[in-house]
Amino acid sequence: MFREKRQRVLVTFPTTTQAMKMEEAARLGGLEGRLIPVPVQISAGCGMAWISPLEKREEVLACIRRAKVETEEIYEMRL
Amino acid sequence: MIYLDNAATSFYRPPEVAAAVVHAMETVGNSARGVHSVSLAADRTVYAAREAVSALFGAAGPEQTAFAANATQSLNTAIKGLLEPGDLAVSTVLEHNSVLRPLYEMEKKGVRLCLVGCDSRGRLDYQKLKDVIFEKRPPKMVICTHASNVTGNLTDLRKIGAWCRERGVLFVVDAAQTAGIFDIHMENMNIDVLCFTGHKGLLGPQGTGGLCVRKGLAVRPLITGGSGIRTFSREHPPAMPTALEAGTLNAHGIAGLLAGIRWIEGQGMEKLRKKEQSLARAFYEGALRVEGVRVLGDFSSENRAAVVSLNLWDADSAQISDYLAQEFGILTRSGGHCAPLLHEALGTGRQGAVRFSFSHFNTIEQVNQAIEAVKKTAALLSREQTVMK
Repeated sequence: MFREKRQRVLVTFPTTTQAMKMEEAARLGGLEGRLIPVPVQISAGCGMAWISPLEKREEVLACIRRAKVETEEIYEMRL
Repeated sequence: MIYLDNAATSFYRPPEVAAAVVHAMETVGNSARGVHSVSLAADRTVYAAREAVSALFGAAGPEQTAFAANATQSLNTAIKGLLEPGDLAVSTVLEHNSVLRPLYEMEKKGVRLCLVGCDSRGRLDYQKLKDVIFEKRPPKMVICTHASNVTGNLTDLRKIGAWCRERGVLFVVDAAQTAGIFDIHMENMNIDVLCFTGHKGLLGPQGTGGLCVRKGLAVRPLITGGSGIRTFSREHPPAMPTALEAGTLNAHGIAGLLAGIRWIEGQGMEKLRKKEQSLARAFYEGALRVEGVRVLGDFSSENRAAVVSLNLWDADSAQISDYLAQEFGILTRSGGHCAPLLHEALGTGRQGAVRFSFSHFNTIEQVNQAIEAVKKTAALLSREQTVMK
C-alpha cells in the first residue's frame, strides 16, 4: 500500500548525518514525522528526507533551529 | 598467557564490545544506503557513535566526526588532504610511520618537511618546535603524536596547540596511543584535526577509527565513490562527514566501538588511566632493579602512557621478546615499533627494544610475573655472557 497522499512538509539534507540529527531531534521533541527516500520529483539521486504533516511546519522549523540541523531545502508538497 | 602488548591493540575487552558487534551483524544494514528499517538501524548506530566520539574529544559535533579503518587512514587523509606543494609541514622524530611515510610521500610532491628532534630520553625539543612555529613565515601544519608508542612519553598538546593557534598553523594530532585513556579536548587544546584508532584505548574492534575535523576546515578526501546521496553528481559530496567516508562504513565495527566508549564512560576514564599507569609504574620500578636493564623514555612524571620499553644489555630485542613469550607466556613487542627516527635518536636503531604495554585489565600479579621473567631472562643472559668471556 502506498502512503496516503496529503499535504506535507519535506526537508532535505546535505548528508545522512544531518538527517539522523533531525530524526534524533524530532524524537526528543516528540515531533510527528519520519525519514523517507528523497522523492524523485525533488532529486533523482538517492538520500533521505524528513516528512511531517503540513500542519506541523512550524514545529519542524523550530526543531531544525533548536538542534542546528543543516538542511538543503524545505518543501511543501502533496505526497 | 599474559598479554602486555596493549599499545599494538587491546586484547582484553569488555564483553559488551563483541556482543554489540554480533548484535549489529544480526540487525543492521548498510548505513546511508536506503531508508528502510534495517538501513536506518545502521544509521542510528553510526550517528550515536559519532555523538559519543565527538563528546569524548571535545570535537565540533557528530557531523565533524568521520569514521575510517584505523588511525593510519585518518592520518593519511589529514596529511594528504591538507598539504599542498610548497607548504611547510612540521613534525617530530617521535612519530610512527603512519605519520612519517605520508609526510615523506608529500615531500616528494613538493611539501617542505621539518622534523623536530628529542633528547636521549625521548623528550621533544619544544624550544626548537616553538622557534619553527614562530618563524617569520609560519608552517602550514604541525602534526605530532600525543604519546610515543615506544617510550610512552606524553606530548604537551595544550602548549603546542596554543602556539599553533597564535600563528594560524593547522594542528593535527595522532591520538593512536591515548584516545580512550587520556583527556583530549579539541577546542580547548586548539586541535584542528584529531586522528584516532578504535581498537586500542577505545576498546573497539580492529578496522575502526576516524578523524574529527574542526568546523570550517575542508580536508580533501583520500578516496571518493559511493556516498548514498547525489548519485548523479560527478563529484563526491563535499559536506562532512560524507566527504571523508566514501564506500560502505564498518557499521558492525562502529557498533563495537560505541560499546567500548560507553563502557569507558561507565567506568570513568580517569580510574582506568590511573590503574594502567600504576601497573606500568610498578613494572618500571621492578624492571629497573634488574641488572642489565636499560629503560627507554622519561619516567620523571607519573602522567605518561602505560608503556615501558627496555633492553637487556645489547641483546637482540627480538630474541628477548620471543624468549619471554615461549618461556613465560608473556607477550610483548620487539623491534622498531614503526618509529624509526625515535629509535635512532635513542641509539636503539639496531637493537630495537622490548615493549611492555599495559591495560587497566592487567593485574599487579601479571606485572610481578613479568618482572620475574625479566629477572630470569637477565640472569640467563648474564651467565651466557660470563661463559663467553
